[in-house]
Amino acid sequence: MQPTPPASPSDVATLLGSTGYLCDDDLATVAFLALRMERPLLLEGEPGTGKTALAEALAQTLDLPLVRLQCYEGIDATQALYDWDFPRQILHLRALEAAGGADAEEAEKSLYDERFLLARPVLAALQQSPAVLLVDEVDRADDEFEAFLLEVLSTYQVSIPELGTVAAATPPIVVLTSNRTRELHDALKRRCLYHWIDHPGLEREVEIVRSRAPEVSETLARQVVTLVQQLREGGSLQKPPGVAETLDWARALEHLGAEHLDLETAARTLGALVKYREDAERVRHALDRVLTA
Amino acid sequence: MSVPTDTREAPAEAGHGADEILLAFTRALRAAGVGVTSDRAQTFVAATSVVGLDDVDATRWAGRATLCAGPDDLVRFDQVFEAWFNARDGLPRTVPTPPTAPTASQLPESDAAGGAGSEADADLVRAMASDTEVLRQRDVAGMTHHEKARLAAMFATLRVRPPRRRTPRHQGWHRGDVDAARTLRASLRRMGEPSEIAWRRRATRPRRVVLLVDVSGSMSGYADALLRLAHRITLATADAAGRAGSVETFTVGTRLTHLTRAMRLRDPERALVAAGETVPDWSGGTRLGESLRLFLDRWGQRGMARGAVVVVFSDGWERGDPALLAEQVERLHRVAHRVVWVNPHRGKAGYAPVQQGVLAVLPHVDDFVAGHSLATYTELCEVIGRA
Repeated sequence: MQPTPPASPSDVATLLGSTGYLCDDDLATVAFLALRMERPLLLEGEPGTGKTALAEALAQTLDLPLVRLQCYEGIDATQALYDWDFPRQILHLRALEAAGGADAEEAEKSLYDERFLLARPVLAALQQSPAVLLVDEVDRADDEFEAFLLEVLSTYQVSIPELGTVAAATPPIVVLTSNRTRELHDALKRRCLYHWIDHPGLEREVEIVRSRAPEVSETLARQVVTLVQQLREGGSLQKPPGVAETLDWARALEHLGAEHLDLETAARTLGALVKYREDAERVRHALDRVLTA
Repeated sequence: MSVPTDTREAPAEAGHGADEILLAFTRALRAAGVGVTSDRAQTFVAATSVVGLDDVDATRWAGRATLCAGPDDLVRFDQVFEAWFNARDGLPRTVPTPPTAPTASQLPESDAAGGAGSEADADLVRAMASDTEVLRQRDVAGMTHHEKARLAAMFATLRVRPPRRRTPRHQGWHRGDVDAARTLRASLRRMGEPSEIAWRRRATRPRRVVLLVDVSGSMSGYADALLRLAHRITLATADAAGRAGSVETFTVGTRLTHLTRAMRLRDPERALVAAGETVPDWSGGTRLGESLRLFLDRWGQRGMARGAVVVVFSDGWERGDPALLAEQVERLHRVAHRVVWVNPHRGKAGYAPVQQGVLAVLPHVDDFVAGHSLATYTELCEVIGRA
């Protein structure tokens, strides 16, 4: 069970902070509401702003299992809910045959047993609940899958024709994330609490780097974050770096033993920060400007 | 933010309950253009009761989470929220625009004014951000040079979904018809044990789009924007590997010019320069009927227009014989999958299709749409994508 259900938004912020996930008041309030109102939480925002990390932090802080459903184009109910383990069922039948002809009806009944049921993420979350169910990158799935999700999220139960209905004792905490590659259906959005995660401000991002990568020195963290923020505001990059990239870069610099940002080490580790050749060119120019100033 | 509680209690003293104030707020929000449904409003009231009504910030976050559906809504929400809960005495109130904004760049700034200058800059940026929406709706022909430059950058945001056609071939899919061959192969892999059934559906391919842009004198105000649009559509339909898609562009005027090669240059500015060098009859007269006949004889009937979506950008001011134009559009309609006629004047107030050219083509056109602003181009892209 949950160790201590948070009593206020600031409680949520403190709890999340203890796992190293620093969040602002707005996100804490929304997360608190999601816990209290038992509503799914829909997080949108640029890639690398900590949408998935929030679900992980929630699971860790509430000491609940995290069940993750990664969406992709063409995903359907058998990959999200459950599937029957066909080869094992066949094997079971063969075993019955070999043992010498059991009653046909009994044999059929024994086929649809829970041990032949492959619980996919959504069913697994309902069975294990209380749990945190992370539905990652919903925008990649098809429209039909959204409708199916809506059904599950509004009743928190799944009916398996051969077995009966599986309902969650307590509804799982559901976090949906979307990168907005397409607009989600309004019906799904209405079920959820919506939150747009922005890139953090300078101070907050320095704190995040310091808490997630404590081995990185204060000066290095500040220099890295300042540069990254400038790159984001410049708006000329194809894919502006997210917080995840900031962390990667800071860690990469630290591994090379850098105490502060210098041109040579920075240029060598750029691959951790930007993932396009054109972007790398631009950043190299920006480095020249920033570091020589 | 420390807002004195009395601003929130004041309406209550005037005889309104808390629920009433909150629900009235959702109505104000709806009036501001946020799609608030009644179930969203109820969720909002429930959420505020969870976080407590006495906390303005918490109420704000609860409202953002329950009433907004996207980042566009958030801006509007914040504006309405400010006006509703924090500035009740002065409703309706415009944001004070500092008169210093236009002069800030002209006045020599003293050291002390450095902070004020950056503030004015910030306001300028904010004003520009809200301008974009206005610019989207503006008639392209009436824009200044500066506005056109800004609009040019906005063309990149235009989302184009190429129309698709079904092919005779099939592809695997998670539902549809039974794919007997694949099912059998899968079953053979399991020593003949019947296994999962494989499904298939008809595959689709992008349908060809042909753009015919009228560059005669009466259309000169739109030529730049229309070519940018053509470039955007050409680029957007190229596949991920950068291979050119199936969009063909021609200009029509007194002559017919094949522009596809110029339009396939990646950079919009270079593409436009190349187009300018290729087209010999900028701002000339219009012999639409003859140009169309030329197109159909040389390209269209042989295959380019067959089964394609043909989009004609023209105001229909025909100098030649309208009967010829009607005949050619009818021919085009018989060959093409869909004929879309885009008329820049159509979106304007008081427009009636009275030009002889337009009257002649209307019976043979599938869609007759406006095309004078970026907003209408967005709609056009929808029409093309749906065809």
